[in-house]
Amino acid sequence: MSGAPRVGVLALQGDVREHAAVLDGLGAEVVPVRRPDQLAAVDALVLPGGESTTLTLLLASSGLAGPLAERLAGGMPALGTCAGMILLGGEVVDGRPGQRGLGAIDVAVRRNAFGRQIASFEADLQVTGVDGPMHAVFIRAPVVEKAGDLVEVLATVRLGDEDRPVVCRQGNVVVASFHPELSGDGRLHALALAPLLG
Amino acid sequence: MSTATGTPSGGERATGTARVKRGLAEMLRGGVIMDVVTPEQARVAEEAGAVAVMALERVPADIRRDGGVARMSDPALVAAIQEAVTIPVMAKARIGHFAEAQVLQALKVDYVDESEVLTPADEEHHIDKWAFQVPFVCGATNLGEALRRISEGAAMIRSKGEAGTGNVVEAVRHLRSILGDIRKLTVADPAERYAWAKRLQAPIELVEEVATRGELPVPLFCAGGLATPADAALVLQLGAQAVFVGSGIFKSADPARRARAIVEATAHFADAELVAKVSYNLGEPMVGAEIGTLEVKLAERGW
Repeated sequence: MSGAPRVGVLALQGDVREHAAVLDGLGAEVVPVRRPDQLAAVDALVLPGGESTTLTLLLASSGLAGPLAERLAGGMPALGTCAGMILLGGEVVDGRPGQRGLGAIDVAVRRNAFGRQIASFEADLQVTGVDGPMHAVFIRAPVVEKAGDLVEVLATVRLGDEDRPVVCRQGNVVVASFHPELSGDGRLHALALAPLLG
Repeated sequence: MSTATGTPSGGERATGTARVKRGLAEMLRGGVIMDVVTPEQARVAEEAGAVAVMALERVPADIRRDGGVARMSDPALVAAIQEAVTIPVMAKARIGHFAEAQVLQALKVDYVDESEVLTPADEEHHIDKWAFQVPFVCGATNLGEALRRISEGAAMIRSKGEAGTGNVVEAVRHLRSILGDIRKLTVADPAERYAWAKRLQAPIELVEEVATRGELPVPLFCAGGLATPADAALVLQLGAQAVFVGSGIFKSADPARRARAIVEATAHFADAELVAKVSYNLGEPMVGAEIGTLEVKLAERGW
């Protein structure tokens, strides 16, 4: 095995390219993943931003959903941003009827928690485990509605009169409501890939 | 759950920035945006895997057939479609009709399409899109038009094609024109870039940016005349980043099935075996039109 970890980006739909650029910057070998054989060849997976309902359908039709759930249960490091967070979580609030995540992290996620696009925003955010603020871009973003006992909350934002988790970690899975890839910030990627980068 | 202490809940929030507007377009990449005229069609589109829907009173094929002035949709229809689905909802305003765009922003649509499919309201000026919080998509037939729209604040460009025809030839022409000129621009020397700016009638700053990046500063999608999964695979391989399908879905015999097939073909556009598999037995596509027989060419609207 060569030195660079092989990191997949789920490439069925969404902002795949931005994640690939960030991972490339971290020295990873980037592999677009659209089929089960491509998934089998990676050491970690990034689930990008996109439309979670579309991605859920495409995960099923591509035959990736089952093998991906198995890899995640086996401890494969993973990062999910925005739609990726919804896919990695469990219960989906305000989703399509029957929509559910893969259950790799014990969170219930509310879709479009801030409202429609006009409410999308960018802001600086302190994230535990990351030095200095992250510039966070929230696009029709979800938030964590409920998190299980094993979930570490690494950042929150104020929504209404409550602080809602927007970055969480459980085991080797990291999820974020926002898009560090849109601002070219690789620090959450590095956090998620830490088990591989050593 | 363990909550980290000392994590303030975010600093100043900036809405309606270029990054936030373009950001939603980035999230739609690799997806299919479908024209719908009823909440029921919107649900069919969402179930089939659309990344967004375009809420309209009439699809372009019907606008073409009916003639007359085509305007922004009734807010009641837009609101009913927003209520029906969880995915982004876009709506069209007439070229230059900033008051229609203001109404659509008040309705909180996720994207406004300043569209040549509707009857233009201004024959000289497009909307000043920087003045809005809501992002805009605009059509373009060539690189100059695309850059003028971006200079006015468009956060996404779609090649115009010829809407309502089920004929992909114009979409291909426009995509090839935009992407071909971008490729040429990347090898132009600094002096030639000024000549390009003059020829394209576009700001030199944007011409420089395209020459350096090798792509538009905003996502480039394809629209106008797509009707089959292979049409989607074609334009994505040419370099479009996502597709709009208008009349092509709900004017076909089996919209749900065709919609789903186009979604799959868009996701796996380079996998010919998969595109073949999803193209089986889709039923009658929409009846197409030869471009030479058209009385009105919608793509010629916009300046």
